[in-house]
Amino acid sequence: MELFGHMMDGFATSLSPFNLMIVILGVTAGLFIGAMPGLGSVNGVAIVLPLTFIVPPSSAIILLAAIYYGAMYGGAISSILLGIPGASTAVATTFDGRPMAQQGKAGLALIAAAVASFVGGTISVILFTLFAAPLADIALAFGPPEEFALVLMAFTTFVGLGGDDVLKTIIMICLGLALSTVGLDLISGQPRLIFFDQPGFYSGISFLVLAIGAYGVGEILYTIETSKSAPSVTPARLTFRELGAGLREMNKLWRTMSFGSFIGFFVGMLPAAGATPAALMAYGLAKVTSKNPDSFGKGNIEGVAAPETANNAASTGSLLPMLTLGIPGSPTTALLLGGMVMWGLVPGPMLFIEQPDFVWGLISSLYTANFAAVIVNLALIPVFVWALRMPFTVLCALVLILCIVGGFAPSQKMHDVWLIAGFGVGGYFLRKADYPMAPLVLALVLGPLMEKSFRQTLIAEQGNVFAFLERPLSASFIAISAVFFLLPLLKYTRSLSCAKAA
Amino acid sequence: MLIADRLIAAAIMAMSAYFMWHATVLPIGWNGMTGGPGGGAFPFWLSAIMFVAAGAILVRSLRGKSDYAGDFFDPETLRSVVMVIIALFVTIALMPWVGTYIALPLFLIWYIKIFGRHGWVLTLCLTIGTPLFLFFFFEVTLKILLPKGLTEPFFVPLYAMFF
Repeated sequence: MELFGHMMDGFATSLSPFNLMIVILGVTAGLFIGAMPGLGSVNGVAIVLPLTFIVPPSSAIILLAAIYYGAMYGGAISSILLGIPGASTAVATTFDGRPMAQQGKAGLALIAAAVASFVGGTISVILFTLFAAPLADIALAFGPPEEFALVLMAFTTFVGLGGDDVLKTIIMICLGLALSTVGLDLISGQPRLIFFDQPGFYSGISFLVLAIGAYGVGEILYTIETSKSAPSVTPARLTFRELGAGLREMNKLWRTMSFGSFIGFFVGMLPAAGATPAALMAYGLAKVTSKNPDSFGKGNIEGVAAPETANNAASTGSLLPMLTLGIPGSPTTALLLGGMVMWGLVPGPMLFIEQPDFVWGLISSLYTANFAAVIVNLALIPVFVWALRMPFTVLCALVLILCIVGGFAPSQKMHDVWLIAGFGVGGYFLRKADYPMAPLVLALVLGPLMEKSFRQTLIAEQGNVFAFLERPLSASFIAISAVFFLLPLLKYTRSLSCAKAA
Repeated sequence: MLIADRLIAAAIMAMSAYFMWHATVLPIGWNGMTGGPGGGAFPFWLSAIMFVAAGAILVRSLRGKSDYAGDFFDPETLRSVVMVIIALFVTIALMPWVGTYIALPLFLIWYIKIFGRHGWVLTLCLTIGTPLFLFFFFEVTLKILLPKGLTEPFFVPLYAMFF
């Protein structure tokens, strides 16, 4: 019943007129960003983060979480109307969403996506509420060895489950960690890695600079290259009759939607997995368990509902480890974590004890964000259809301006703007060569924690490396990390022996 | 694609070596006094792993085990990308010199009118509207002063009005 009291307090915070306005503003902005082809939640949060200085810290986090939510809803809009996923998380939505739109059922597909997102969001937020406090309680027992082992585990999930080239994943993790050490040494306070003797490097490389560079500038460059001609927008009309029909259709899909929500939530918690694989898995599962799997890919409403529930559930799932353990479950939550640290709120179990108002306010604002997103989404569909006709050159120009000014604002140094441009171009090249971006951002955000916990442990244990294996929790995290790390090696040797046998 | 893959791997190796050289300023080995690694150890050994991994990619690519084909750059759109990158760098270089409120409108005019081939009405709306928004959002509301460069004197009356 303690939970009930916390939630009541939380709703008192999140339902205050100011925070309600913030949530509506956030989901609307998120919906637009998500609806733009190429821009997803991570780009939206990266570009908008500097603008959130305008509100107090706790409201800024609520605003960012609302943008995150809105962008997850919005991704489906361009998947359906343009046939181009609004973000990688909405790739699976194009499989059936696009055929539906071409059959003249764009309105129905949009309703299905919005309702499915709402169901996925709601189920996962309830799961989130139930899991958050117990997980934070467990995490209270964590000392530096556990912290280090947990961060290590987060990185090894990329190696074991990430699905990208293992070597390239390792490079990106190490690059992010190495970049996080730029500045002053945490323990001795001495300067290190001051490249070209530039004084700007003394304060380190902010996660925001890397995020705006890679996900703002880099993404725009990538989109300029891949978008040759303006895509055609399928018109969508929405009437109350269609809405009623859509809701009746969706009412038959409870099984698919609840499967999607659970898959999404649990897959979303893993740093390496997240919303995109969760959506693909939910789509696959819906297809396999369906009575007529052949209709998938040809405009089956179930094929829209499954991935949309899963990707929204995954975005909530990835918030859970971020808030309770301080380990983000996705690049977007890594940015949220960085933002919270910037505002002096350190995520992790202590937050639940020291700032209960903030934590439960944020959790309850996820409920209101969900409601706001589904209503704004359905109400503004004509506006989205109009906005998607916006010429791409205008969007790119404005985003680049926001990147420049937004990169300058937090530190007020031109040094950071140059770094953003550099990371943008570098990130663009790396991305084209299939280097994954998510581990890089996560590593830069988690790097200081990893190094600090590693060195603190060793200093406390007089240099005994086995300290990490002497505590049961940290030992089990290390063991799991070892398994994840060896997974690709195992696959490789098996493929070798298969090749020999053949 | 294959050449680009190798070039990028080689570039990462060079960068790792540069990082490693930089990290040696602080002790990179075990610190016997306090226990645990020295201040340079983390960046040094991480860069070393990066160096080895990039080397492995290069070797793999040279042994012909990469399954890449086709062009790394899309020849049709490469020109656009390069032009935008140049415009971006020129704009950033101009910012501290002629000021944000000259550099950014110039960028917008170039991008929307010349690069995007849109009409003057749209171009002027955005070229005038965007700096106004930035001024009121960052300078007036957040009290974050954007670089003004040469144009600093023109802003003194505005500061007097809003602060």
